[in-house]
Amino acid sequence: MYYRSLFPRDLFAEFDRLHRELQSIDPNPSIRGLTRGFPALNVGGTPKAVDIYAFAPGIDPATLDVQLVKGMLTIAGERKAEAVPEKATRHIDERFAGRFQRVVSLPDDVDPNAIEAKYRDGVLRVHILRKQEAQPRRIAIQ
Amino acid sequence: MSENTTIAKSTENARHEAALLPPTDVIEDAGGITLYADLPGVPKDKLNLHVEADTLTIEGEVSLDLPEGMEPSHAEVSLPRYRRVFTLSRELDTSKVGAEFKDGVLKLRIPKVEHAQPRRIEIQVG
Repeated sequence: MYYRSLFPRDLFAEFDRLHRELQSIDPNPSIRGLTRGFPALNVGGTPKAVDIYAFAPGIDPATLDVQLVKGMLTIAGERKAEAVPEKATRHIDERFAGRFQRVVSLPDDVDPNAIEAKYRDGVLRVHILRKQEAQPRRIAIQ
Repeated sequence: MSENTTIAKSTENARHEAALLPPTDVIEDAGGITLYADLPGVPKDKLNLHVEADTLTIEGEVSLDLPEGMEPSHAEVSLPRYRRVFTLSRELDTSKVGAEFKDGVLKLRIPKVEHAQPRRIEIQVG
């Protein structure tokens, strides 16, 4: 693999990706993914928290709807298409437009009250802390 | 305006690095073209626009706040950079490119050179 990944993955995920890429006609990696939706999602975790990155450029954060219901995180919203003026022609049309919704199932140990969402440079980052009781603790030996 | 899939004239150091292809819209009107490109995760100072002769290169480095020791579990954006190269028509005036970059969306406006602009010719009634 010549990719120096931003999010390095395990070997099986790499095989899975390779398999999908071989099946697709377009070999160029794209932000849209292969059959995935909008926005593209990256998910990662530390022992203390879970982080979800949604790549949703050009959206007013106030119109984004982020909900956590029974361990399912839903990110929904709408991206309006750029208006094409009269007598203008659209030559390339690849950017996503319309309503979108993506759902991520979170691990059981997250704390639904310790959730934080930030939008910067077109990326929504949802930071959810894991529950206190799920944190590793050192037990003193008497 | 056509697109180069093989990057021939881009900067040497970036030539072999794999990059994501940002999705783009190109709209042409009588006065010029407007190009929109999605580059989420790229801060303003990591965006690089380059016009050389008739080649336009858009490059951007993704910069995310990743917590230390993060274990990725799912990644759809797996490369930390974007790159796309366009060949511009000679009708376009590359000295007058206007660029805006906000919330990961780049908007470029490239006007047509004056002699390529449509003109209305008044008809004199003699």
